[in-house]
Amino acid sequence: MIALSDYLTVGAILFGLSMAGVFINRKNVIILLMCIELMLLAVNINFIAFSYFLGDSAGQVFVFFILTVAAAEAAIGLAILVVLFRNRRTINVAELDSLKG
Amino acid sequence: MQTITLLIVLAPLLGALIAGLFGGTIGRGGAHTVTTVGVAIAFVLSALVFKQIAIDGAESFNHSVYIWLVSEGIRFEVGFLVDELTAMMMVVVTFVSLMVHIYTIGYMAHDEENWPEGSGAGINSYQRFFSYISLFTFSMLMLVMANNFMQLFFGWEAVGLVSYLLIGFWSVRETAVFANLKAFLVNRVGDFGFLLGIAAVLMHFNTLDYASVFNAVELQKDVTISIWPGSEWNIMTVIAILLFIGAMGKSAQVPLHVWLPDSMEGPTPISALIHAATMVTAGIFMVARMSPIYELSEVALAVVLTIGAITALFMGFLGLVQHDIKRVVAYSTLSQLGYMTVALGASAYAAGVFHLMTHAFFKALLFLAAGSVIIAMHHKQDMREMGGLRKYMPITWLTSLIGSLALIGAPGFSGFFSKDSIIEAVHHSTIPGSGFAYFAVLAGVFITALYSFRMYFLVFHGKERMDEHTRSHLHETPWVVTVPLILLAIPSIFIGGPYVGSMVFGDFFSEAITVAPAHDVLSQVGFTSAMGMIGHGFLTAPFWLAASGVFVAWFLYMRRTDLPAKIVALPVVKQIHWVLVNKYGFDDFNQAVFGGGSRNLGTGLWKVGDVALIDGLLVNGSARLVGMVSAVARHLQSGYLYHYAFAMILGLLALFGLFVVG
Amino acid sequence: MNFDMPNFLPAMPEMFVLGMTSLILIIDLFLNERTRVVSYLLAQATLVGAFILSLSLYSGNAELSFSDTFVLDPMAGVLKMAVYATVFMVFLYSHSYLRERGLFRGEFFVLALFGVLGMMVLISAHSFLTIYLGLELMSLALYAMVAMQRDSRTASEAAMKYFILGAMASAMLLYGMSMLYGVTGTLELTELSRAVQQTQGDRLLLVFGLVFLLVGVAFKLGAVPFHMWVPDVYHGAPTAVTLFISTAPKLAGFAMLMRLMVDGLPGLQPQWHDILVLLAVLSIGVGNVVAIAQTNIKRMLAYSGISHAGFLLLGVLSGTPEGYAAGMFYAIVYTIMGLGGFGMVILMSRAGFEAEQLEDYKGLNQRSPWFALMMLFIMFSMAGVPPFIGFWAKLAVLQAVVSANLMWLAAVAVIFSVIGAFFYLRVIKLMYFDQAREQGSLKPGADLAVVLSANAIGILALGAFPGALMALCLQAMGA
Repeated sequence: MIALSDYLTVGAILFGLSMAGVFINRKNVIILLMCIELMLLAVNINFIAFSYFLGDSAGQVFVFFILTVAAAEAAIGLAILVVLFRNRRTINVAELDSLKG
Repeated sequence: MQTITLLIVLAPLLGALIAGLFGGTIGRGGAHTVTTVGVAIAFVLSALVFKQIAIDGAESFNHSVYIWLVSEGIRFEVGFLVDELTAMMMVVVTFVSLMVHIYTIGYMAHDEENWPEGSGAGINSYQRFFSYISLFTFSMLMLVMANNFMQLFFGWEAVGLVSYLLIGFWSVRETAVFANLKAFLVNRVGDFGFLLGIAAVLMHFNTLDYASVFNAVELQKDVTISIWPGSEWNIMTVIAILLFIGAMGKSAQVPLHVWLPDSMEGPTPISALIHAATMVTAGIFMVARMSPIYELSEVALAVVLTIGAITALFMGFLGLVQHDIKRVVAYSTLSQLGYMTVALGASAYAAGVFHLMTHAFFKALLFLAAGSVIIAMHHKQDMREMGGLRKYMPITWLTSLIGSLALIGAPGFSGFFSKDSIIEAVHHSTIPGSGFAYFAVLAGVFITALYSFRMYFLVFHGKERMDEHTRSHLHETPWVVTVPLILLAIPSIFIGGPYVGSMVFGDFFSEAITVAPAHDVLSQVGFTSAMGMIGHGFLTAPFWLAASGVFVAWFLYMRRTDLPAKIVALPVVKQIHWVLVNKYGFDDFNQAVFGGGSRNLGTGLWKVGDVALIDGLLVNGSARLVGMVSAVARHLQSGYLYHYAFAMILGLLALFGLFVVG
Repeated sequence: MNFDMPNFLPAMPEMFVLGMTSLILIIDLFLNERTRVVSYLLAQATLVGAFILSLSLYSGNAELSFSDTFVLDPMAGVLKMAVYATVFMVFLYSHSYLRERGLFRGEFFVLALFGVLGMMVLISAHSFLTIYLGLELMSLALYAMVAMQRDSRTASEAAMKYFILGAMASAMLLYGMSMLYGVTGTLELTELSRAVQQTQGDRLLLVFGLVFLLVGVAFKLGAVPFHMWVPDVYHGAPTAVTLFISTAPKLAGFAMLMRLMVDGLPGLQPQWHDILVLLAVLSIGVGNVVAIAQTNIKRMLAYSGISHAGFLLLGVLSGTPEGYAAGMFYAIVYTIMGLGGFGMVILMSRAGFEAEQLEDYKGLNQRSPWFALMMLFIMFSMAGVPPFIGFWAKLAVLQAVVSANLMWLAAVAVIFSVIGAFFYLRVIKLMYFDQAREQGSLKPGADLAVVLSANAIGILALGAFPGALMALCLQAMGA
């Protein structure tokens, strides 16, 4: 039997990894988008695990919403990425520094 | 009534805002039209209010318009108190202001010539000037219509501010900048006392409302406070004297008078409006308004009386040695303010306020006439270069003569009634110092006549001493200048007679002004009507003193024009003349002791305290520190997305560290 | 399984806005450059209609609907109406700006209205689910709006930064929600607060979730250290979008804070109080200090907004209805002032010239005394000078802080606002005492001139009569 804490640990590790990915990766904006997806997935694991162990379906409903929103979010993110690439001819995170100070 | 009073106040303010903010858009014509109409509305409505209150006998109006904030039961609010005193002041202020607005259209018509080529400050100066004088009218109305000390203080400071702006209006002239700085500094001394006075009122009465304070004064009249250990001061005396220090600054009483002559650096219309007719009388008005407080302190009255008498006499002497036409009028203003102050000190508030009113008309007239002369002389103000202007400028000549006769108190003219009432009142006063004051005001009559007619003869009669170029251009000024002169000449002659009976000797001001029975000198004067005064007038000392003053002036400046120089050359006179030319050394004294002393003290404190401690360590230090922190901190905003994300994660971890783990 | 028909009435405004926005989306397809103004007018009509609906639904009591996930209480009513009014002003301000830059497209209004819908849902949310959905609907619309100027390098960079950081913040918020859900077993706020009160042992997990939640809220409000996006996005986005982002979402952010902390987690008040104190001090400090070094007025206003967010938190952290009312008052007042500040940037700009540099404001008084005076009102109000409304807002939150016995916090806030006064006054100094770089008077369009004047005079008028708005806030908070 897999315990609740095991699910939570997986979720926490995934979440931590994806957070680290956001600030360690300095090359590619697409990886940032992937990290964000991963963060949401980590949250989903938490919700589903809790939902299962609490015997309450609300958590799973929430996950459906998160998945939907994540899809919309990815769409917007990719659209912004396209605009960004068209203007700058690069998607290198380290070159996104004209706004500062 | 509430709507009317609000309109009276807001019409000039609106005019000032439009002219000031949209001056460039509406142009010169728009600016003077909108401000003049605003003041005209205020004048018409003020006249209406005066009719209702003074003639129809309507109840006086005391009402709050707006409560700004209430703090621990003390209300800070805007409200209007309109009684006979206020109604009279409103009419005087708006009427003179209206005349000055019209006059300014002519006086400032070529103002661009007063600014150097391409000066940014000269852009739209004409519109700005109109905006300022309308703003002044608003502030002055707020002052006289106040029903509480906070609004009084607001008006007090606002008129001071506008006065400062206007004295230095020609900001490219160094003298103007010095003059407005001087006016500002001297008035700060007075305002400090004034503010302390208001603070004392607030402390002891726990309210700023006039009516509540005046209702409570009787109960508090024997309260004493100790300012330093071992001294007991009556609270009324303390409040009255502190408030009077404010009045000394604003109404230019010795020794805080030094700013007024210098304020003549401003354009002439404002000398007439602000530095003769209205603002400088704010102190007189304020003391009259506070009569319930002053009546409870003989000490304060004696101080007021003495200061007023000194000002009335000694400032008159200075008028004798001036050559600048505006400065002569300025010293005469000082002297006349002294008369008003004397009247206040003698508890003849009604006479003082009455003199305030008549003086406003004839002094505004004299100033505007002087301005008219100045226009004709192409902005030369030295009387030694004038003379014989009568035939070139008949209207200016005639109105100046009327103004001068009113000023010296020729029987029948408005100044006669007010000034004689004051002299008679002082005669009957028993306040300590009234003997000296009586002598001072009598001697002042002679001096006034002497310097007024010295100026009159030097300017309008005798040899034409101006250069050929100026002479060839001499002509009467345009109608916008002469019409206000004529309109001001009318009340200068006629305003005295019809009102002296009710205003001074009657009960016109009985609601507004409180006089203790023991101090009521005006009821002892003996006559109660204008005709009685005129009949009596030819027999009294003041008349003969004035007449002899005129005669001496005529003799010295028309008949034996060589004599003045010879008299000045006499050994004793020479020294006196030297003293007078140096204005009793007030300026030098201030320069050396207050100016120099405080500069030395200041330099010392500045080097040690300011530069090293405050500037170095606290102000600049902290400013530099903040600046440095700011400059460094902005680099944290590096522009890199991963730094931002890192900052968020660090923030998250810090919150964990502090609140979850810790 | 029985299915009760929910009470749709409290959500009428939301449904109206949704319907109208979809309608505009379709209608806009059939419009060309010349007739595009129809979208604009319809968008404004939507806001007016929603305002009327919300006003007619306004009552003193709270009404729950949709299985308790949605609430219409006085706070929601007032905040929603404030949002409509704000966005209405934003549209008025933006109209000519967008036209001059070729951005006058249906998307702007449709996205903004979807953003408004998101704010409305967020304001009325009564469960984690609705909070999340409202927040995302609002945020997604904002991300897209920032990127709307497709040929702008700065706008696309700003949009990318905003998107990544925003998505991260909402993921953290979700993580917090999942934790609290796991501990309490509910998503609904009233049950949550009950469950939190009853929880004895696992306080630690609750605080763990709370910290994540607050990160999400702090990000939306722009509180330090989750503020890094604010200056870059305000700077990079087209000014019309900046105007939108900097105003209405703050009201929604305030509502989110209130829903989560006051409705959902009153049991953790001691904990969130401490966290908010820390965030408030950091925000007020960093915002005011770093603003001094700015040369770009949009960045300067962004940092000023950060410090205002700190002041807003001061009101909430006191934990009393009066304090919440003060916070709400502050949020509304900040919105009004922010409208004026960025509105002035729009007014000064023209096609090809953005008026973003502080230097562009030099000698404004010579070019237009009236607008210089209006800007002076706005700057004085932001600096908290009486008698402008900003003074009363600061006074109200400081009173709340003092009554919560946090004298030191009030002192810190005052000291930093004195430091902050410097950069507001510098703008005034530039306008009045420096020589203009370009001559020629400023001639804005009539609509802009009227809106800005009304806005700035409103700041003065509200400052003269703050009582009504304050009473409304107190009533909304049931104080």
